[in-house]
Formats: sequence, C-alpha cells, structure tokens
Amino acid sequence: MTASPFIRNVSDRHRVRNILLTVLTYLLAAAFLFPLVWMFMAAFKTEAQAFAAPPVFSFTPIFDNFERALPGYLPALKNSLVAAVGSTILAFILGLPAAFALAVYPTRRAQGVLTWMLSTKFMPAVGVIVPLFLLFRNLQLLDTLPGLILMYTTMNLPLVVWMMHSYMTEIPFAIYEAAKVDGATVGQEFFRIALPLSTPGMAATALLCLIFAWNEVFFALNLTSSDAAPLSVFIGSFKTSMGLFWAQLSAAAVLTVLPVLIFGWVAQRQLVRGLSFGAVK
Amino acid sequence: MTAITPPTTVTTTSPAPKRGLRLTPSVLIWPAMLYLILTTQVPFFMTVYYSFFRYNLVDPSSRPFIGVQNYVTLLTDPQNLRILGNTVLLAGGSLLLTLILGGALALLLNRQFAGRALLRTLMISSFLVMPIVTAVIWKNMLLNPVFGFFSWVVASLGGQPVDWLAQYPMASVIAMVTWEWTPFAMLILLTGLQSLPDDQIEAARLDGASPMQEFRHIVLPHWMQAIQVVVLMETIALLQVYGEIYGSTSGGPGVATTNLPYFIYQKAFAEYNIGLASAAGVITVILTNILAVYLLKLINRSTSSRGG
Repeated sequence: MTASPFIRNVSDRHRVRNILLTVLTYLLAAAFLFPLVWMFMAAFKTEAQAFAAPPVFSFTPIFDNFERALPGYLPALKNSLVAAVGSTILAFILGLPAAFALAVYPTRRAQGVLTWMLSTKFMPAVGVIVPLFLLFRNLQLLDTLPGLILMYTTMNLPLVVWMMHSYMTEIPFAIYEAAKVDGATVGQEFFRIALPLSTPGMAATALLCLIFAWNEVFFALNLTSSDAAPLSVFIGSFKTSMGLFWAQLSAAAVLTVLPVLIFGWVAQRQLVRGLSFGAVK
Repeated sequence: MTAITPPTTVTTTSPAPKRGLRLTPSVLIWPAMLYLILTTQVPFFMTVYYSFFRYNLVDPSSRPFIGVQNYVTLLTDPQNLRILGNTVLLAGGSLLLTLILGGALALLLNRQFAGRALLRTLMISSFLVMPIVTAVIWKNMLLNPVFGFFSWVVASLGGQPVDWLAQYPMASVIAMVTWEWTPFAMLILLTGLQSLPDDQIEAARLDGASPMQEFRHIVLPHWMQAIQVVVLMETIALLQVYGEIYGSTSGGPGVATTNLPYFIYQKAFAEYNIGLASAAGVITVILTNILAVYLLKLINRSTSSRGG
C-alpha cells in the first residue's frame, strides 16, 4: 500500500484514513456481492452441502447440478434467446430510422416526439396487460414467441430511439452537408453515414436491449406458460415445486445470470447512458 | 440497400432534395410512433374502458356498465388502501435506502485506490441479476428460517432464529429490492461525481474550505442532477416491482407485501376480475405519471442544456 503512487504525497494522517476507507469499501463490496458468491458456490455443492447448517465453505466442486438443470434450462434458454434477439432486431428496424430522422432533420416537433416516446416508458405494464392479454388470447398469441417479441419490442423501442438519437446527434453535421453537396439521398445518408458512424452506439444499445429483454419477468409470466416460457419463467418454477433443490436451483440461476453479468460488466459505461436516457454522462 | 437509393440526377438543383427532406423525417418516424401507439396507448384506453364495467372472465357474457363502482370498491376497502400504502412504502423505503447506500458507495469509489476499477465493475452485478433469481435465491438460501445463511449468522451471534419473510415480510422485500437497486444509484451517482471538474475542488481548497464545506457547497449542488435522475427513474421502476414479490412472498403473509402490480396480477390472472384489475391498473398509471411529468421536465432541461 505504501508504494501506491496515488497516496504518496499525502500526510500520514490522511494515509491512515485513506487505508481505512479503502478497507471499508472492500468490506461493503464483499457484503453486496455475498448473495451472488453464495449462489455460485451452492451451484457446485451437493444438495446436502447446500442445505448444511452451519454452512459449508470448503468443499470439492461437482458439476452434477448443471447436468441436472439442463433439461429444463435448454428450452427456456432457446426461448429467452429468440425473444431477446428478435425483439432487439425489431426494435432496431423500427427505431433506427426514427432516431436518424429526429437527429438529422430536427423539426420543432422533434423534441415533442422524443419526449412522447420516452413517456411510453412510464406506462406501467399493469396499465396495459389486461387488454393485451385478452387480445393475445383472441389472436392466438398467448404462449408464443412472436407474442413475447412484440411486447419486448414495445419495452425497448423508446430506449433504441433515445440512445441512437443521442449517438447520431454526435456525428459532425458537416459530414451530412458534404454528402448532400455530393448529391446523397436521405437513404444514402442513413446507410452510408449515420449507421456506420454510430456502430459503437448500436452495439451498446443492442446490449442494453438484450439485457432488459432477458431479465423481463412480468410479461413473461403472464403471457407465456410452457411453449414459449423464457428463463424467467423457468427460474420462477423453482419457487414452488423445485424449491427444495438448492444446488440445482443455484446451477440454473448461475446459467441464467452469467451471460447478463458478463455483458453488463463489459458495457458498464454505456449502461449509465442508457439507464438515465443520456441525462447523466 | 441500393434498392431504396434511387439514382439522383447529377445536377443537384436545390429544391429537389429539399422536397425529399420535408417528407422523409415524418415517414421515418411513423413506424416507431405507430408501434408504440398500438402497443401502449390503445391498450391503456381499453384498460380505462374495462374499468367501468363489472367484467369477469368466468362469466364473460354478462358485462354490465357500473361507472366508477370499481374505483369506489378499490379506494374504500381498507385492505386495498393497505395495498396502496404497501406500494408507496416499498418504493419509498427502497428508494431512500438505495440513495444512502449508493451515495456512500459512490463517494468511496470516487477515491483512488488499488482495485478500484475492478470493484466498480463487480459492484453493478446485483442490478444485472434477474429479479426473480434474486427472489428465489434470497427466499431459499438467505432468508430461510432453518437453513438460511442469515439465520446461521443470527444464531452464531447467540440470537433466536428468525423467519424473516413471515415476521418481517415488508422489510425483507425492501432489503431485496434495495440490494438490487443500490448499484443503479451508485453507478449514476458515481458518474455524476466524476463529471465534477477538479479545478472547482482545488479552488475551494485554496480558499480554505473544510471537507464538509467542500461537500455542501461544491459537490452536492453538482450532484443534484444525478440524484434527481436516480430518484425519478427509481420511483417509476420501484412502483412496478413485481418479480421480487412473485418469487419470494407471493404478496403475503395476508396482503403484507402485496403492491399494486402484484394485486393486479392476482385480480386479473387468478380471479379473472378484469374490471377491478383494470381500475387498479389505471390508478397505477395515474400514480406513476404524476411523478413522470416531473421527470420529463427534468430530462428535457438536462438534454437541452447539453448543447446538442
């Protein structure tokens, strides 16, 4: 610690305080991460070890739980993947042109349109679920992946428009003007300038959409039952019938949250932008 | 790609592209607008419509118009008022705790120390965990009265075993939700702190400001925008908490942890009482939107002041 370049120039009193604050930070972080660490550990225990009181901290890791969780996990994984990827693609198809138009051809109405789109995020799912459920029932969309994709697209579309609008306004306007002088059409501006120059933004936005769709619970539980049930419904089933298999539950949970954890760690900086709709950077 | 870019005349007369410009933006915006209108506005107005009927799916043929009777039922039954109270308590309690914890963590992580980047990255984990995973893991492995980790901690400190979800149901759910949302607060607040220019702090120090003065007069005013974003984003999200309750207490014991979204789920999907569930949905939307109007103002202000 004394060799750390960061605290070389502060007085001893400050150094002691700094070390104490760092220890406190690590302790708080450990407390916060503990539930997850505990879940990861349980995934590699036997059922007896997972239930043991006092808790078992050292054990020989086994992989049986993952094997046992797979038969239920794989179909749900497929559904989650299709719903998350499908809704992200659909939200992009609908949202990218809108974001482009609002960013490159801003009118007086543009801010109003953006605000209105954001306001649809304030619509609690419970405010729309009843008619949607009845409509889905009549259209035979209940417990189908297209039905789930339609709802997740609603959830992610405002996010796509807002985030991509914010990335596209950052492209220097002179580039569009140069293209216009060269006779570029609106379509060319969109495909040759706006999209290629906002690729990093698209990646970040897609990542966020995938995470939100993957973790969604309310629509999944109420609009699917078996055929189209994604991972959230699969994990929910442990609440009752399988709640006694902690090690297996942990293995299933690890398989469910690990992809999102890795994505989220990687896209951490973009998370802030997406989560606050660009209000805090 | 090439199919929708028709060959343009090389001699670019200025009126021609201008006509294109006038038309194109609204054409490009409409698909997204229409989609959102169809999937949010239309169903909401149907929800409002259903809320004026006695409408149960068990007997769909009889659907009498009863005016505001559903609302009267909702707002006069003491049990339903408790659910409204639960909704506010859960959202408000979690919000307060996440702000305090998230703010403290943001201040701690805003210092230079070994492993800071790694901790910052790891600390967002609980926010990324699916709400229902949080619920089943906490319910079974941490809060279980006999085998749960917390019971072992209490017992090894010489205390009596506690059945957390039965004895302190709302506190347990708030703890769970707080664990999930603290990283969100931390992330936004930390970003807010890091955008504070160093020279302002230095100037204050040169003027002999104490750390407390520095915090009150420099850091806090700058922090307000990030704090407001956390307050409003979380308020909207926390009024809709559902998966955590579904996966842990199922609204119980009794209605101790039933909030509006869970109540609507029960009414609509267990009792098939579409009329009452719709009325509760409308109330939730009104409650959320009162807060949302304030949020919109805030975001408009900050995005227009961005200079873009």
